[in-house]
Amino acid sequence: MMEWLGLPPAASAHAAGVDQTMVLVHALMAVLFVGWTIFFTYVLIRFRRTAHRDASYHGLRGRWSTVIEGAVLVAEVALLVFFSVPLWSARVDAFPPEAQSTVVRVVAEQFAWNVHYPGADGRFGRTSLELLGPSNPLGLDRTDPAGRDDITTINQLNLPVNRPVIVHLSSKDMVHSFALPQMRVKQDAIPGIAQPVWFTPTATGRWEIACSQLCGLGHYRMRGFYTIQSPTEYEAWLASEAALIATP
Amino acid sequence: MFLKHFYSTDHKIIGLLYGFTSLFFLLVGFSLVVLIRWQLAYPGEPVPYVGGLLGAANAPGGVILPEFYNQLGAMHGTIMVFLGVVPLAVGAFGNYLIPLQIGAPDMAFPRLNLASYWFYFVGGAIMLGSFLVPGGAANNGWTSYPPLSDLAPGNGQTWWLAGMLCLIFSSLLGALNFITTIVQLRAPGMTWFRLPFFVWAQFVTAFLLLLAFPALQAAALLQGMDRLAGTSFFLPSGLAVSGQPLDVAGGGNALLWQHLFWFLGHPEVYVLILPGMGIVAEVITNNTRKPLWGYRLMVYSLFVLGFLSFVVWAHHMFLTGMGTVISAFFQATTMIISIPSVVILSSLILSLYGGSIRFTTPMLFALAFLPMFGIGGLTGLPLGLATTDIPLHDTNYVVGHFHYLVAPGTIFALFAGIYHWFPRMTGGRMMNDTLGRIHFVGSLICMNVIFLPMFVQGLAGVNRRLWDGGAVYAHAQEVLSLNIPMSMAAFGLAFFQLFFIVNLFLSLRGPRTVTDNPWGATTLEWQTGPVAALRVYRDPYEYSVPGEPTDFLPQNVGPAPRSGPAE
Repeated sequence: MMEWLGLPPAASAHAAGVDQTMVLVHALMAVLFVGWTIFFTYVLIRFRRTAHRDASYHGLRGRWSTVIEGAVLVAEVALLVFFSVPLWSARVDAFPPEAQSTVVRVVAEQFAWNVHYPGADGRFGRTSLELLGPSNPLGLDRTDPAGRDDITTINQLNLPVNRPVIVHLSSKDMVHSFALPQMRVKQDAIPGIAQPVWFTPTATGRWEIACSQLCGLGHYRMRGFYTIQSPTEYEAWLASEAALIATP
Repeated sequence: MFLKHFYSTDHKIIGLLYGFTSLFFLLVGFSLVVLIRWQLAYPGEPVPYVGGLLGAANAPGGVILPEFYNQLGAMHGTIMVFLGVVPLAVGAFGNYLIPLQIGAPDMAFPRLNLASYWFYFVGGAIMLGSFLVPGGAANNGWTSYPPLSDLAPGNGQTWWLAGMLCLIFSSLLGALNFITTIVQLRAPGMTWFRLPFFVWAQFVTAFLLLLAFPALQAAALLQGMDRLAGTSFFLPSGLAVSGQPLDVAGGGNALLWQHLFWFLGHPEVYVLILPGMGIVAEVITNNTRKPLWGYRLMVYSLFVLGFLSFVVWAHHMFLTGMGTVISAFFQATTMIISIPSVVILSSLILSLYGGSIRFTTPMLFALAFLPMFGIGGLTGLPLGLATTDIPLHDTNYVVGHFHYLVAPGTIFALFAGIYHWFPRMTGGRMMNDTLGRIHFVGSLICMNVIFLPMFVQGLAGVNRRLWDGGAVYAHAQEVLSLNIPMSMAAFGLAFFQLFFIVNLFLSLRGPRTVTDNPWGATTLEWQTGPVAALRVYRDPYEYSVPGEPTDFLPQNVGPAPRSGPAE
């Protein structure tokens, strides 16, 4: 049923849980819909005017509709308690330690994704509204010691495979939504609110970042890219980016 | 002669005013989506035939600009919800039928009733007029999330807020009137559990309107202040637009709007649905010739739905950054609210069992409502579970979900109501049956071809509100070609509505061919006679009572020996 649903390829550690829940919910929906439809069709044929001249005042007797409604409730509670809530809790409560993760900032704006890496020192440099400019969309303060080695990119997010990633998400202007379909990650980027989101990529590849929340006339083209690399490729990429800063 | 209808305080005239105005707005809202569907199927290609009429600022050379596309999207949603479906379901059917069904001479406050219509009319005029202001109409989605809506250039968004305030006043006045009428003006003998299910549905709907709309009223005023008076209720500090720091006070919260909007927005969903369920219940009992199955349980379910609809709003906001406890609460209420919906839908389906089903045109629409509403309801499940909402949020899956509820759901129920009550509203004229059946079959097929592929696209990850339908995204490529049959079906749907429009106007001028109660109905609106002498003796759906000579006993017919109606 997974293929039948046509979800994008899954490439993160928690994707299997999301997809399994998706399959179970759709199975429940299919059972209910097919059951209702069979009954509905039978009734329409059996009790049409020409076949059933005189209606029954009392109609259907028995309590089995209550049983079905109870069964629907039990199925929904099971989906909620055993699947949705634990999976959600793992997303928002069980953040990995930053020391064991790849930590980046992503700052959304009309209509681009600004990516900010802390560089070799592992510390993000100070950012400031005053420093915003065409060549510095993050407003990064390069005079701040923590900011000297920071790496910034636009619309390109590189990450190493099989290591937790923490993205500190924010927005400069409108509400955007940061979607990585293959990671089963989607998180609104709301100005004034810094929102962390985490996941662990499990396969290498190059895919697209999509904006999911209407953010203006360029919303449809607010597309970025993300590349999941092997650790060695990722280190090599970081080194090449760092070299660019050293020799501006 | 004609104009005097616009000043009448008679609830039937006001109901008809609401009816014709809202049908006009449904047509306008639908026309906007025909343009959207063209753009989605053929992005960047000039709109044929009407492209030149859209204005050079909106569509140079007939090609829809992204700015204009966003106007179309925002105004399609606004017009359909606030100017089309709700005024038709509540304003038209509610005003026309509630006093008749409960045996009241009129609404409790006839002048307030007229005021409510005029607030609606002015709100609609403002919304339509906003297309002509510089910069065009509001283009920030029908949800108007700030900062986008706060900072939108031009006056379109301000006009939208002004229009919404008028529509909210209209709804609040109407809701007060409905509640008072139903509580105070029931005919002698019309006890609560003798009320037709339609009246119950309108009663709960009126409470939802009364209690939910003030949240949006407050929010609209705050957003208006942000736009006009330089406040920052929804603008946080540190905003920078187009690379420039924004000169505003800051300190506000963009998320606050979403809470206020959805505190209205979710009850509003039930405002869209409950009157439709009420109409379907009336049409199904009449055309199965048997009582409603589980009438009391359905009434209780309405109240549970109404109450719970106030505590599910944040399931629209799972991805705004929600912790486990809050998300678990809103997921739980969302799962629980599905149960009364299942109860009502199952009761309507089970009502068919043992009936003697007449497949009249209104009955066809009412029957189609059941599986279509079922699809809409079921596809709400994966969206109501936060975990499965992650991949589906803001995709076309959501669009398919709520359109199934409102288009082949509620709008089919409204069509059922129009075909069903047309002879009552026109004094014995029937709508043409052949045209009605063509309208039904064509609409049913077209709607499914439009909305079913949206689930496929949504599961593949295609986002909504994209000017090019997702053409720039790799993950959309496999399902992008579905847009062409979907759009063809939308054009087909427009074609099949012509059968309805022609039918409506031809039948309005047609001969009076039927008696007062052509469907053999039991509820009071079909029984003639002076209202003052009205007395109610029995339950609303006494069809096929064993041992009776006729297969229906009107509510005002007393126990044997029976005299004529309304004596």
